[in-house]
Amino acid sequence: METYTLSVSPDFAPEYLSGWFIFNTWLQKSLETPFHLEIYDDFEAQRRDIQLDKIDLIYANSYDAAMLVREKGFQAVARPAHVSDETVIAVANSSNFDSVDDLVPWCRVASTHDPDVHMMGMIMLESADLDSSNVVVTSAQTYVLVAKYLLNGDADVGFFLKDSFQDLSDLIRSQMRVLVESQIGVIHHTLLAGPKVQHLVPEMLDRLLLMQNTTKGKDVLDSMQMTGWLKMEGEDTDFMIDLIDTLME
Amino acid sequence: MFITYHDGASREITIVDREVPYPDGKLIVSRTDISGVITHANQAFVEMSGYSLDELIGTNHYILRHPDMPAAAFGDLWDTIKSGKKWHGYVKNLRKDGAYYWVKATVIPNIRNGELTGYTSVRRKPSRSKVVACTLLYAQMNMDVQS
Ligand SMILES: Cc1cc2nc3c(=O)[nH]c(=O)nc-3n(C[C@H](O)[C@H](O)[C@H](O)COP(=O)(O)O)c2cc1C
Repeated sequence: METYTLSVSPDFAPEYLSGWFIFNTWLQKSLETPFHLEIYDDFEAQRRDIQLDKIDLIYANSYDAAMLVREKGFQAVARPAHVSDETVIAVANSSNFDSVDDLVPWCRVASTHDPDVHMMGMIMLESADLDSSNVVVTSAQTYVLVAKYLLNGDADVGFFLKDSFQDLSDLIRSQMRVLVESQIGVIHHTLLAGPKVQHLVPEMLDRLLLMQNTTKGKDVLDSMQMTGWLKMEGEDTDFMIDLIDTLME
Repeated sequence: MFITYHDGASREITIVDREVPYPDGKLIVSRTDISGVITHANQAFVEMSGYSLDELIGTNHYILRHPDMPAAAFGDLWDTIKSGKKWHGYVKNLRKDGAYYWVKATVIPNIRNGELTGYTSVRRKPSRSKVVACTLLYAQMNMDVQS
């Protein structure tokens, strides 16, 4: 029997990854199909494997999801209930900036390769007449490193996925201030199935939607810090892609 | 004041010279059918426009048209999106209470199975310098039309 590959966007804090290993075990049992969970430290390595068709099932941010549907024939299956991906722009406590509109050209931005957070961060800078042509962006591998750039004075503002910002240690977070936080509500991660596992989608969806009703399923969801899954209808996927299209340069 | 729209519909509107600032971090999202009738609006849209969701759904998007907006700006919008392309622009919108709010708007055509089914618009906070520039530009455009 062929073993399929499950992967998750590298925007996750490592403490959530154990939940995905538990999910992978649950998935294999539920579908009686072997899956292997492949973890990536960075977006580039994962993108390369996506291009090589090495990934069959993926939990992706909406920016990558749009690309997977359009270019790689993926189908959005489900999304987590009651959560959305929001972006925080923060500064060190000692910063002179009190709002985004105070920011000045050539300010130094620390960001990750997380595409939807970077995109939203840049959109929130636009109201200060800032864009990629007049800010200096430094890419960090993780959100902890973005915080370090701020605290060491190597960057003026940092972009964070809100969940990751809140997961930073109290010691680090207490040394930063939030300038602005997005409240979009409609951008979220999605579980997507590639061409090789389309035949598994109906059964997978049934199982996902029932997960919160079983003790075992609920434990798995808890370990992923999720409350349940919602079905992604075709129109939900089209809408998500349209939204990303309006936001992309 | 009386306003007449492109389809001949008209209504009495109240204009109040008060700007409601665009809220930081929010996006106003709406979708329309191919004629510009609103089919979907998010909470930020409801809050900023001052209309309830029920009032918005089924209404033409021109309900937000502010008389300071030149017709040519919307002509450009419709020419662009009808040809299947994305449109960006700065728009002064009229609230139900007569006050106004500026947005940077993006509109894209929604293509489903190769067919145009409607449009999606997302607005974000505009920069002050763009608002100042567009205020002057639109006033000039309106004067040119009148003279
Ligand atoms: C998706 C979409 C969003 C629109 N949003 C606005 C808007 O926010 N404000 C506005 O005045 N017109 C908006 N329009 C344009 C209106 O449909 C209309 O062309 C404009 O208000 C001028 O109206 P009139 O030429 O009928 O007087 C939008 C159109 C579309 C398709």
